[in-house]
Amino acid sequence: MNNTITDTEKEIWEILDTIPDPEVPAISIVELGVIRKVTLERDKVTVNITPTYSGCPATERFKADIIEFLTKAGIENIELIMQYSPAWTTNWLTDEAKEKLRKYGIAPPIDGTEDKGFLFESGPKVVPCVKCNSKNTEVTSQFGSTACKSLYKCKDCLEPFEYFKCI
Amino acid sequence: MTNENFIHFLFRLGDNSLILGQRLAEWCSKGPTLEEDVALTNISLDNFGQARMIFSKIAEMEDNGKSEDDYAFRRNEREFFNALITERPNGHFGDTIARSFLFDAFQYHFYTELCNSTNEFLAGLAEKSLKEVKYHVRHSGEWIVRLGDGTEESKKKIQESINDLWAYTGDMFATDSQIVALSEEGITPDYKAIQSNWKNTVKEVLTRATLTVPEDQYMQKGSLEGRHSEFLGHLLGDMQYLQRAYPDAKW
Repeated sequence: MNNTITDTEKEIWEILDTIPDPEVPAISIVELGVIRKVTLERDKVTVNITPTYSGCPATERFKADIIEFLTKAGIENIELIMQYSPAWTTNWLTDEAKEKLRKYGIAPPIDGTEDKGFLFESGPKVVPCVKCNSKNTEVTSQFGSTACKSLYKCKDCLEPFEYFKCI
Repeated sequence: MTNENFIHFLFRLGDNSLILGQRLAEWCSKGPTLEEDVALTNISLDNFGQARMIFSKIAEMEDNGKSEDDYAFRRNEREFFNALITERPNGHFGDTIARSFLFDAFQYHFYTELCNSTNEFLAGLAEKSLKEVKYHVRHSGEWIVRLGDGTEESKKKIQESINDLWAYTGDMFATDSQIVALSEEGITPDYKAIQSNWKNTVKEVLTRATLTVPEDQYMQKGSLEGRHSEFLGHLLGDMQYLQRAYPDAKW
């Protein structure tokens, strides 16, 4: 009996893993680390979600996607729970996801460590260029096209690129 | 702890984020550079997200059929408890940066302390928000230094912005017997301690920016009782227009 439940949970994880992140489609929402828990009780599926940034507009989109994908798989009774604690961190990105980000042209978070510096305590990290791997890069802005990214520029090959910032 | 006290405190937090978020959103497409436009609106979005978390919690606690949208779009100005500084108009870019810095430094110290709250929801909210606020204060703090230690004109302007806003800073730390009671239970932080940490941060950054910390003068107050400047009504008129004109309109 237990095995059956585990298998089904595993299947749900597999379905969720096919949902691309709406803003960074190179990785799935499972790889992004926003799916914290899947529970199956009788015919009811509960998915716990932790958003990356509290105001991330993509959250609404992937909540709708989860319902759509699970409904297509024949699951009718779905509950989504927003779970704010513990807070999402870039440490939850898998190594595989980081590699996918790099290939997609977004510099992945360095070391997966949170940028703890308050005010001027630590400068921006050295982020290698996604095109030429040069470390001669500079930050253009701490804020980018989405809440989770900042803007960088390579001073050697002049490529502007985005960096998935550590939180 | 009574629910009423706690909800009043939640409104204060949520309204701070919502109102500053709305002010920063007014910069959308008007930023001095593309990067700044994106930065100010990103910070706005973080603030809206924080407000939503808080309003959803209030809705859950009040359990009277209201949603987060009702709190944002169907309350009048006397029912808002945001700190007065958050509703100050954007002015020029330096005014906005000065307002953001004075408020972000407060948020940083406030959320740092709130992480230790005995209330599970508040501790979780603080942990999440702190990660975002660190970026906000770094952004506004760096600009204070760049403008203060910049040209003669930028220095003059940013000093004036800070001087003009100073009278509104005291209100961020206002307390009453209800808040003191919550603080004694370990639910909310001690505002006096936050004020002293805030002052140190402000002093540190302004000194680095070769600016002068204004003398403490008469401080405006009133937000705890829902008394606001004339600017809040105009802000709400803009923000709430759609839900007032077309009640229950949905995307």
